[in-house]
Amino acid sequence: MNQRFQVSSSPHTRSTISTSAIMFMVALALMPSCVAGVLFFGEHALVVLVLSAASSVGTEYIYEKLLHKPVTVKDGSALVTGLLIGMNMPPAIDWWIPCVGSVFAIVVIKQLYGGIGQNFMNPALGARCFLLISFAGKMANFTTGTGMIGIVTQVPATTDALSGATPLAYLKTGQLFDLRSLFFGNTAGCIGETSALALLAGGLFLVAMKIIRLRIPGAYLGTFALLTLITALLRGYPSPAVYTLQQLCAGGLMLGAWFMATDYVTSPITAMGQIVYGVLLGILTWVFRMVGTGAEGVSYAILFCNLLVPIIERYTRPVAAGVAGQSREAKRLMREKEKEAKRLKAADRKEKPV
Amino acid sequence: MKKFTFRGGVHPYEGKELTAELPLKTLEPGRELAFLVSQHIGAPAVPSVKKGDHVLAGQLLAEAGGFVSARVFSSVSGTVKGIEKRRSAKGDLVDAVIVENDGLYEHVSYDPLPGMEKYIEAYDTPHGTGWEAIQNVSPRSAGEVLDLVRPDEVLSKLSGEQVLSRIREAGVVGMGGAGFPAHVKYAPSDPDKIDYILINGSECEPYVTCDYRLLCDRPGELIAGLKAILKLFGHVQGVFCIEDNKPRAIETLQEALRTEETIFVAPCRTKYPEGAERSLIKAITRRDVNSKMLPADAGCIVVNVSTAYAVFEAVYLGKPDFMRIMTVSGDAAASPGNFLVPTGMYYSDVIQGAGGFRQIPEKLISGGPMMGFAQGSIEGVVTKTSSALTAFTHDLVSRIQETPCINCGRCVDACPAHLVPSHLAEMARTNRLDEFTDNYGMECVNCGSCSWSCPAKRPLAALIFQGRQTVLDRKRNARK
Repeated sequence: MNQRFQVSSSPHTRSTISTSAIMFMVALALMPSCVAGVLFFGEHALVVLVLSAASSVGTEYIYEKLLHKPVTVKDGSALVTGLLIGMNMPPAIDWWIPCVGSVFAIVVIKQLYGGIGQNFMNPALGARCFLLISFAGKMANFTTGTGMIGIVTQVPATTDALSGATPLAYLKTGQLFDLRSLFFGNTAGCIGETSALALLAGGLFLVAMKIIRLRIPGAYLGTFALLTLITALLRGYPSPAVYTLQQLCAGGLMLGAWFMATDYVTSPITAMGQIVYGVLLGILTWVFRMVGTGAEGVSYAILFCNLLVPIIERYTRPVAAGVAGQSREAKRLMREKEKEAKRLKAADRKEKPV
Repeated sequence: MKKFTFRGGVHPYEGKELTAELPLKTLEPGRELAFLVSQHIGAPAVPSVKKGDHVLAGQLLAEAGGFVSARVFSSVSGTVKGIEKRRSAKGDLVDAVIVENDGLYEHVSYDPLPGMEKYIEAYDTPHGTGWEAIQNVSPRSAGEVLDLVRPDEVLSKLSGEQVLSRIREAGVVGMGGAGFPAHVKYAPSDPDKIDYILINGSECEPYVTCDYRLLCDRPGELIAGLKAILKLFGHVQGVFCIEDNKPRAIETLQEALRTEETIFVAPCRTKYPEGAERSLIKAITRRDVNSKMLPADAGCIVVNVSTAYAVFEAVYLGKPDFMRIMTVSGDAAASPGNFLVPTGMYYSDVIQGAGGFRQIPEKLISGGPMMGFAQGSIEGVVTKTSSALTAFTHDLVSRIQETPCINCGRCVDACPAHLVPSHLAEMARTNRLDEFTDNYGMECVNCGSCSWSCPAKRPLAALIFQGRQTVLDRKRNARK
């Protein structure tokens, strides 16, 4: 009976969920939007998606090999980052641009800050903004290739025609676009952002699988919808409700709300914090879209709020169960007890000869 | 049906189907038994026998070492071989009274209450006729038992102090795990403030079914035991709190309690850690208890099912606390089951008696997999608080690879104390202890839900436990 057994501290059992399972589930949830993008924009979209995903995973592998770190590509987070970068590219983008973005996302935003879990900013969004600044012309060119099904509904020519190639820019003028195209996705835009239906399906799949909670997307979309509705009413736009729905489906809002804002690493960990974060995102996106002039409302709103996460977490820390529920009287008694104990301790110390 | 619950918690694999419906069996101890002098929280008991003394089953081996302490009794007849060090379930070496079992199982004559003759005649087989006869393990129906015992009549002739002193003399401690001496717990500074006596039949720990067996097989005794505790207080309600994964236990007790006015059954939603004292109080009464309070401060006293049974034996039969029900389970156990075992029995004898190992386990746990103590070897002994021995052929924890935290918040959602475990663990790891206490680190109940739910497989509970221990040590040193 001198058998020795494994010793560890409790608990001695663990749930089956793992980081890589979560990441592959997210990648799976992105698939409907990727498929929609390829269907609407043609093979080149597929090339962009594959290249950005592959370059992202490849960069992480090479970086970690070169620096003799444990290789973490198996956890799937680089794959998700790469896919998101590809989805954030205009359909006619040069093939090498998403690759540059992937390298930037993995090396500068993720690995230099310590790898998975340490980045303070969503890598895919950081890369998108880096590319927007570096290759402004190419990143804003939304001429579409020929898709495999249907025809992309073009935005009516306006005075703002040059920059107004996407429905979002068109909506900015207060006019209505076609809600059906916006919902199904046969409009101009980035590869993975146009189909609200596919994004919604993916997002709800993640909620159903308990990968994400409704708090962030709910608070985000809800706040934004409410503010937009009020603005539309105040500005006297025709049919404000439809206008609000079109704003919700247009641009990168759906992609951002379900897949970028919910990124674990760069969103608050506390329940209250997640709601605050969502509300802030809604307000900022509304400001950027309805008040400001820039087109990148969602991207900048999320990046900005990423920076606020530590502060949000700090001020939304939950109060421990047994402490929160105490009546005012009980709390007062507890404080007094503590003070008395401190006083006695101080008195003790004085009495002791030094 | 209304079900009581609390916020947080997790759903680990229960594994109770292995043993839940298996009938109780007895296990015969080996040639030697070791009775730890510290089977409870508080001062260790002081041995009152010396080497060479002949002792009987139920005879005092060690007297309580203070007010917060409990007596220790022999579970067999035999000769005292001395006082030696033995390993406790937690792994430290503790003084133990070693008794050589003479195999006769003669016992001291107990001091039952008047009126218990019929019950003893019906159920208590005379001792001293070999191991098989030592205890009748067949199920007893609540109605029959309550007819024979008539707790209300019997208790009416007894004062509260008498009940309490019978509990103290029998060395009853909380048998759920902590081992808090029962006579201290049942005598709070202001007994009138107590509103609820909660019988904790949640048994949320995976694989453990010993309390379930008692709820099904001994409902009458449990009700009588609870009534003895109720006797100590003014206007209190007794509540049997049972998780809804034990419908048979809920039905049995509801049936038995139909005519009772002050005792209820509260079905609770099955969720770990429903049975943790603070979670249970919150679920049933919506009252809050924190680390600076006792449950009595919230008007509650929580009593484990096995303890209620021990109270019954102590008060009505005058029998000391030296037997308990223990579950042997896990995939490495050849024949899992629920066993009536004497305290002092070596774990090795328990395993052997239960059919041995099917396969050499990688991990042997005293208790269940969520809060139990991993045993480095099979040296431990059964104490009043040993609820289970679980053995697993495959140890997951030694194989998992820890990866960085991804801030997913699963630990926050799982924490029944509403903490942010991932942050606390980091504070504990980097020794930022002031920050740790400011963020309510001391409110952790060490249930392990955070570690269980972590997808990065980080040892959150272990780190937080370390942090709490360091803070407590510092406080203790500051006082010196």
